[in-house]
Amino acid sequence: MRSRGWKIIAYCLLLFGAALSLLPFFWMVRSALMTSSEIFQFPPKMLPDHWLWGNFIEIFEVVEFGLYLKNTLFILIPVLIGTVLTSCMCGFGFARLQFPGKNIWFTLIIATMMLPPAVTLIPTFMLWTELGAINTYWPLVFPSFFGGGGFFIFLMRQFFMSIPRELDEAALIDGANYVQIFVFVLLPLVKPALLVVAFFTFTNVWNDFFGPLIYLNDESLFTLALGLLQLQGTYTSDWNLIMAAATVMTLPAILVFFLGQNILLKVLR
Amino acid sequence: MGARKKTTRFARKEHLAGYLFTLPAILGLLVWTIGPIVASLVLSFTDYQVIADTINWIGFDNYITIFTEDLYFKQALVVTLYFAFASTAATLVAALLIALLMNMKIKGQGLWRTLFYLPVLVPAVAANILWMWLFNPEFGLLNGILRFFGLPASMWIYDEASVIPSLILLSIWGCGGAALIFLAGLQEIPKDQLEAVELDGGNAWHQFRFVTIPTISPIIFFNLIMGLIGAFQTFNQAYIMTEGGPNNASLFYVYLIYREAFVHSNMGYASALAWILFLVVSLFTVLIFRWGKGWVFYGGGK
Repeated sequence: MRSRGWKIIAYCLLLFGAALSLLPFFWMVRSALMTSSEIFQFPPKMLPDHWLWGNFIEIFEVVEFGLYLKNTLFILIPVLIGTVLTSCMCGFGFARLQFPGKNIWFTLIIATMMLPPAVTLIPTFMLWTELGAINTYWPLVFPSFFGGGGFFIFLMRQFFMSIPRELDEAALIDGANYVQIFVFVLLPLVKPALLVVAFFTFTNVWNDFFGPLIYLNDESLFTLALGLLQLQGTYTSDWNLIMAAATVMTLPAILVFFLGQNILLKVLR
Repeated sequence: MGARKKTTRFARKEHLAGYLFTLPAILGLLVWTIGPIVASLVLSFTDYQVIADTINWIGFDNYITIFTEDLYFKQALVVTLYFAFASTAATLVAALLIALLMNMKIKGQGLWRTLFYLPVLVPAVAANILWMWLFNPEFGLLNGILRFFGLPASMWIYDEASVIPSLILLSIWGCGGAALIFLAGLQEIPKDQLEAVELDGGNAWHQFRFVTIPTISPIIFFNLIMGLIGAFQTFNQAYIMTEGGPNNASLFYVYLIYREAFVHSNMGYASALAWILFLVVSLFTVLIFRWGKGWVFYGGGK
């Protein structure tokens, strides 16, 4: 009896919490569907009189949201390839192969996760400036071909370590080389982990605005995040359009999560 | 003899393969981390400004200026520490509470999990812009709710006193990630330990205090460290929502570095600021690891 009472309280609290969690989404979408005069009515209205779905089309006409989307994908795809490829290569190397200095290198790579990005930011920016790569996608794409960072290397290494060693040994005796073992024996077994790396890489690129902010000045190169920021700065009174654009930018992130959540939860356990 | 030669050849082959497979990460470490760390330390002792395009060794001058003359530095440090500790504490408590509730053999756990995780999925720029709109003193949702209950409205991010609490509210909204990590930990707690407390006449509080907390203490510690290190890097909110204002009340440290480096082009000075941040974060990490030794129990020990 006592635990039943507790459960009812728990449900109520969860419901209240979930409502708070969802309320901002509701406000975003309802503002996205209003006219620009309706959003500034006082006291604020809960729902629009006419649902203006056209706002979602307008953001592609008023600002070049289509171009920003294309630019974002132009960065996203090579970054995905670089991160997935090199993080699993390095994860394999650190998990399965013996070589002198292995532990020192691995420890150093893991330690970099603690380093504030602000420390390396300025010299890195100066390097790209020297190379004449400001206003190109090189600074945003190229570094992802270097293992994708400590977290992904660590994740992939953990995965490779969980696979029985007998598999590689058997393949070695059969005369396979390390590349063959990596590609044909182990890679098929770590597919879920690759998907997790791909998911986090997607969210990182989709979310990132600091990198594009400092490396891109030319508006025709802007990503969605910069485009949204631009929209917010330029059309300060058109909160309906700003909210429509924020909605459009949020949807793919949620969609990708829904598609991948089963694998994600299984792997991260 | 022949056999030994063979093994060394095998071993050499493996060493070579090992280096080839990990080469991207090793190069990445050297080019994108160790190189820039050294360069940034060197830069911090120079007066390099992009516009002047001259570079002079000035010893500790940048550091001396930061500690004696730069009022922004002090303000940024205070703001960042205040926000980092308050928002991490608030987020941890909220996340633990949500996880405890979800762990009560509740129906539809997948649905609850998704509902609380949704805010984490909103891209940073979109989330910050959305919350600017929610915080809008006249037309925003938050003041709409306050007025509905007959409560006084707030200026939220547009007032010196309420800007940091408002930003903490925003970080609590995004606590779903930490809640999921807590939930995974709570589900690992052995039932017999909870029952043992009950048999000894303990109540729910005793179970929580003497079983739950010690068992998940490594997870609390993990969330605490990651939360703090993340909060020290806060930048987006200052850049997108407040521009460090009003009256520098949300002048986050990384925003100050950004402003010195990319607005005023003082690369040398900004590097010195970045190094101080590095030392402050390291100091707090070490202190918290020491403190953690007293209450973090690994492997159910003690």
